[in-house]
Amino acid sequence: MRAVQALLSRELRLALRAKTDWLMPPFFLLVVVTLFGLGGKAHDPALSVYAPAILWVASLLAALLTLERLFRPDYEDGTLEQLCLAPGPLYALVLAKFIAHWLLTGLPLVMLAAPLAVGLGLSGTAVPTLVAGLALGTPCLSALGGFVAALTVGLPRTGLLLPVLVLPLIVPVVIFGAGAVRAAQEGLDAQAPLYFLAAILVLSLSLVPGVASAALRNAFD
Amino acid sequence: MWTWFHRLASPPFFFRLAERWAPWLGVAALVLLAWGWIGGLVFAPPDYQQKDAFRIIYVHVPAAAVSLSLYTLMALAGAVAVIWRMKLAECVLVATAPVGASMTVVALVTGMLWGKPMWGTYWVWDARLTSELVLLFLYLGVIGLYRAFDDPRAGARACALLAIVGVVNVPIVKYSVEWWNSLHQGSTIMKLGKPSIALEMAIPLYAAVAGTLLFCGYAILRRVQNELLWRERGTQWVRELRVGEPGR
Repeated sequence: MRAVQALLSRELRLALRAKTDWLMPPFFLLVVVTLFGLGGKAHDPALSVYAPAILWVASLLAALLTLERLFRPDYEDGTLEQLCLAPGPLYALVLAKFIAHWLLTGLPLVMLAAPLAVGLGLSGTAVPTLVAGLALGTPCLSALGGFVAALTVGLPRTGLLLPVLVLPLIVPVVIFGAGAVRAAQEGLDAQAPLYFLAAILVLSLSLVPGVASAALRNAFD
Repeated sequence: MWTWFHRLASPPFFFRLAERWAPWLGVAALVLLAWGWIGGLVFAPPDYQQKDAFRIIYVHVPAAAVSLSLYTLMALAGAVAVIWRMKLAECVLVATAPVGASMTVVALVTGMLWGKPMWGTYWVWDARLTSELVLLFLYLGVIGLYRAFDDPRAGARACALLAIVGVVNVPIVKYSVEWWNSLHQGSTIMKLGKPSIALEMAIPLYAAVAGTLLFCGYAILRRVQNELLWRERGTQWVRELRVGEPGR
């Protein structure tokens, strides 16, 4: 447990010193949403219809940008090898990495989503559903994306591979997340898709770190 | 009790076994496919509503069913490769991915061709179609990931982990027509008891499904053989094969 805390605080301290690392995803989200606003007609009602999809996709792409940096710097300077050799379960350390990744990239996106949603013309009643969905969905992305990052960490270049592997894994998150907001927009009950998201979150937080640590060990074989 | 299992895992033993079995599988697949397709495309009565257009199921349904089975096979091989570090399972995993991907493409393309006259559209974003598309992406991901590694063993193990995580998609595809309101119709042939398809239409379909399955088995065996030869190219038994005479 101490090791987990130490790793978590190390990750956060490192990231806070390199501002571009954690400023990039929210800035990317801002730019994408602005471009959608500018690209469409002024006062286009369709924009508010597509707001859930735009916000969800933009958030996932924004988080995707940082996945490559999740394990690679540690792999290159040898820290990751030490983590794999450390006594105690690698599982917990990987989970700590995921949590740090979410705190640095997912949480800012969740906080930024509400004002952007209002800016896109999403009705006020649907905004809490959007924020709740993102709060449940972005940790899934950190875990599933982190797993793919662990798979590809030993490769000289990942380029296209990372998004190609991540996107099919996060399809259910997008479907239920955007579906919940759409349901709320139409005045329907949004609880069922949110429960699905919560189930995916529980599964990915409990199972994925184990698979991801197997993938990390594979990189050092 | 486990000796046969260990023997099966030995590359030269499996290679020779595959060499003996593959031709038979190929012939059986050919016979069944010929029966299924000629029976389905020529002799089966036209559907009362869709007329002759329904005949695409003799290609579409086998390809779709096999695309799911192959993913399950791939994930099982992946589990064996991760747990027992068995080289043969890695080869099976790697050999299954392209075959499964092509079956998924066949299922998607034939479905689209049928969808245009019947549903009035090539594509809808509903559960069955989308999850089958995700299946294709998973296959392509496995192929791409394997290609990216220099070391085939590390690459195959990475693919194995990916395949295992992706296996959650298989039940979603299978039951998507029951869980969601899909434009895609429910299954008519795999019902227990009385299938809701006429017998003279159904029998060629079963033959086509079995034939497609056997054909994929044939393709996978041949691919596993190639993979084995490539990986073991430095060993004695491959050199003996190449010379054609043992002991040279």
